[in-house]
Amino acid sequence: MKRTLIVLTLLLAVPAAAQSPPPIQLDYSQFTLPNGLRVILHEDHSVPLVSVNMWYHVGSAREKTGRTGFAHLFEHLMFMGSGHVPPGEFDSWLEGAGGGNNGSTSNDRTNYWINVPSNSLELALFLESDRMGYLLDTMTPQTVDAQRDVVKNERRERVENQPYGIADVVMNEMIFPEGHPYHWPVIGYMPDLTAASYEDVVAFFKTYYAPSNASLVVAGDIDSAAARKLVEKWFSDVKPGPKAAPIANPGAALTSVQKKTITDRVQLPRLYLAWITPGLFAPGDAALDVVSSVLSSGKNSRLYKRLVYDMQIAQSVQAFQGSMALQSTFVIEATPRPGHTVEELQKVIDEEIAKLQQEPPSAREVQRALNQYEASFYDRMERVGGFGGKADQLNAYYTNTGNPDWFNEDLGRYRSLSPSDISAAAAEFLPANRRVELTVMPERGQK
Amino acid sequence: MTRQLPIVFALAIAVSAMPAAQAPDRSKPPASGAAPALKLPAIQKRQLSNGMPVWLVELHEVPVVQVNLLVQGGTADDPAGKFGIGSLMAAMLTEGAGSRSSLDIADAIDFLGADLSAAAAVNATSIRLHVPVARVADALPIMADVAQKPTFPPAELERLRQQRLTSLLQARDDPSTTAALAFSRVLYGKDHRFGTATMGTAETIKGFSVKDLQAFYDSVVRPDTSTLVVAGDITLDKALPLLEANFGKWKPASPAPKRPALTNPGQPVTRVVYLVDKPNAPQSQIRIGWIGVSRDTPDYFPLIVMNTILGGSFSSRLNLNLREKHGYTYGASSNFDMRLSAGPFTAGAGVQTDKTSESLTEFFNELNGILKPVPTDELARAKNYVALRFPSSFESTSDMSRRLEDMILFKLPDDYYSNYVQNIQKVTGADVQRIAQKYIAPDKLAVVVVGDKKVIEPGIRALNLGAIKDISVDDVFGQ
Repeated sequence: MKRTLIVLTLLLAVPAAAQSPPPIQLDYSQFTLPNGLRVILHEDHSVPLVSVNMWYHVGSAREKTGRTGFAHLFEHLMFMGSGHVPPGEFDSWLEGAGGGNNGSTSNDRTNYWINVPSNSLELALFLESDRMGYLLDTMTPQTVDAQRDVVKNERRERVENQPYGIADVVMNEMIFPEGHPYHWPVIGYMPDLTAASYEDVVAFFKTYYAPSNASLVVAGDIDSAAARKLVEKWFSDVKPGPKAAPIANPGAALTSVQKKTITDRVQLPRLYLAWITPGLFAPGDAALDVVSSVLSSGKNSRLYKRLVYDMQIAQSVQAFQGSMALQSTFVIEATPRPGHTVEELQKVIDEEIAKLQQEPPSAREVQRALNQYEASFYDRMERVGGFGGKADQLNAYYTNTGNPDWFNEDLGRYRSLSPSDISAAAAEFLPANRRVELTVMPERGQK
Repeated sequence: MTRQLPIVFALAIAVSAMPAAQAPDRSKPPASGAAPALKLPAIQKRQLSNGMPVWLVELHEVPVVQVNLLVQGGTADDPAGKFGIGSLMAAMLTEGAGSRSSLDIADAIDFLGADLSAAAAVNATSIRLHVPVARVADALPIMADVAQKPTFPPAELERLRQQRLTSLLQARDDPSTTAALAFSRVLYGKDHRFGTATMGTAETIKGFSVKDLQAFYDSVVRPDTSTLVVAGDITLDKALPLLEANFGKWKPASPAPKRPALTNPGQPVTRVVYLVDKPNAPQSQIRIGWIGVSRDTPDYFPLIVMNTILGGSFSSRLNLNLREKHGYTYGASSNFDMRLSAGPFTAGAGVQTDKTSESLTEFFNELNGILKPVPTDELARAKNYVALRFPSSFESTSDMSRRLEDMILFKLPDDYYSNYVQNIQKVTGADVQRIAQKYIAPDKLAVVVVGDKKVIEPGIRALNLGAIKDISVDDVFGQ
């Protein structure tokens, strides 16, 4: 067992009078079971809660043509019972023990968490191990059908019946070419959800749900030695499987301006500008986070201040670096006030991007953004479980870097940035002549 | 079918080739040990020299602190004809205070890596600061000005006015928001505060003046209605001098005005279905319910247990039926919104358009079903769900500060949280049935459906639930 001490030193740059906060320590240990499952343990006794957090290193990027949305549909099936857990009992047993659970699917990974009071750790490990080892024992075509309908309704709720919901789908199709693993939406296309079969479930499980393609974090009110014994007890009989082959990165690039206008049942138009940018943790990724802050985080950010605060021609504007493993997208979205147009907004946005490309931002603008990133590292330490809790973060760092304790390195990416790095990133990655320009216009007759 | 056989066979071979691992007994789920006791840290209570109470709980795991000024008075206190003023006033607090402009406040707070918000809820207005504890002394003077010296600049009022009018316009796009507002409107009516959106209507928003903001501020945001709540990595000895320096001299400008409590309107006497047309919508947003209870109800614990069974958890009856059994929805739930006066009881879901009437049938099957005795194991599961997860609602500094705010606002006794688990476990099956019959009358509930009328109306009509009335989107959002 490797035991490492993580020391997070957060030296916020502030006026000299203010004190620097003390370092945060995050102890963890890790080991690998003979079947290939990586296990990471972290103790936090502040509340009597334990989180069991499992990441499978597979997302929608692995899907085949004609079966989009499958990784996410599969995630739903993971809650439907397994060899020793009758249908319906996964949630029923957990809730009866005061627990909660959820899962989510992205382009690159699928994560699951179970939060339980610390006296029910073993129940959580039993349930998590049973679906890893014995999911197919109780899987039937009827189970697939039931969750297929639920997922279709999830898509209706998040996409078709959500104002501007279809824009993200169209935008990704424009950004990444056909065949690129990020071309299609994580939620999938309706006909593909209809086509997904029981046989697909079996094949997907065998290809991607082996212990060697997963990592488990157990965090919270645990004794590490005892928790390790329990993990070994419940996960050692899970059979090993093939290691998934690394995913090919086709490395898409935009070579011109891709322009499109679509309609939706909305009152106001909305403009989307999007670029292909470096992948998660690749050089440029952190600088683009700071570019997004300088452009749209807070009232003093450049786009917000000009469009929303000073000119008041926009209702909202947001810029963000959407980091993904293979390649990322940088998106600016802006909604005009009634009586104004997306063209007016685009003109100002282009002026501000050009300005940032030509001239480094002020030291205060950059420092303001860095201070917020640094403070966010504290906030991320406040919860053990759920999405974004400490267990989830340890698993995210392990999955993306091989190192659960990548907190310092992650923060270091931001700390090392200078104002000229920010303008250089904007110049290199946000060219005006190679991007997607998508406009959503109100359907006629909306009121 | 035959194609599956070779797969199973291949698996069996793989299994026999494996070294035999010591397999655990999976024949039944492992038993849980004794439930961990909730050890709540002490609430330290003091007063500033102006009499303002301070409640502090030390949480030293992470070097951050949450400081909330809880002001007792919120959107429920909006005067007639001025619905939305409380929400706008709260938003204006950070738009200029003391010598700082709107942009100055935002810059200073962002630079400290802090978060400062001011927002009006139904019965309270909260100004909340979250900050690395090393920066709390730098951030508190800004928070103090925001609370005590807002300047309500006219230019910022105009900006927020236009922003809110646009938000209200955009809210029409969202079927879920439209359904929630329509539901409140049909239950409470346009003259009751709960029958109109938090931010008011286009008409009221257009009319608000700086004078209105100041008048609402003077009557509500005052040291004699406020409590400072602190949770985080700070001791009382460190915190008190800072709070005294920043809030201790705050004096009310005038005697506290009397603010009448809201009355509860009468319940619906017959079941009516209200339809809001959303042409071509792929889902229908359904809301069913009526006026619920106030937070001080003596029936609180049995109500929580009953609602957990009905629609308050994933394995609740509504969700298992409409989502897991029928696949009509991504999720169905129910809720009693408890305020100082009675908020609504709501059951709801977004369901696929072609299953709207089937979904309504299942909603009423469950609403009728909950009136009957609940099986013992289902009751035990619901009680354990609420009781055993209770400790986790105190995890973060923000969680803890919210629990303290609730104690103050709803005047909960000091031992309230210590007794919470015990009070949940005391609830009997007879209690649940009595409570369900007292608070749910399926044949009188209001039903709101926002969906594609031409497709869903015939099916709804055939159910014979009651009279069907159309409501326009303008009715929902208007005066």
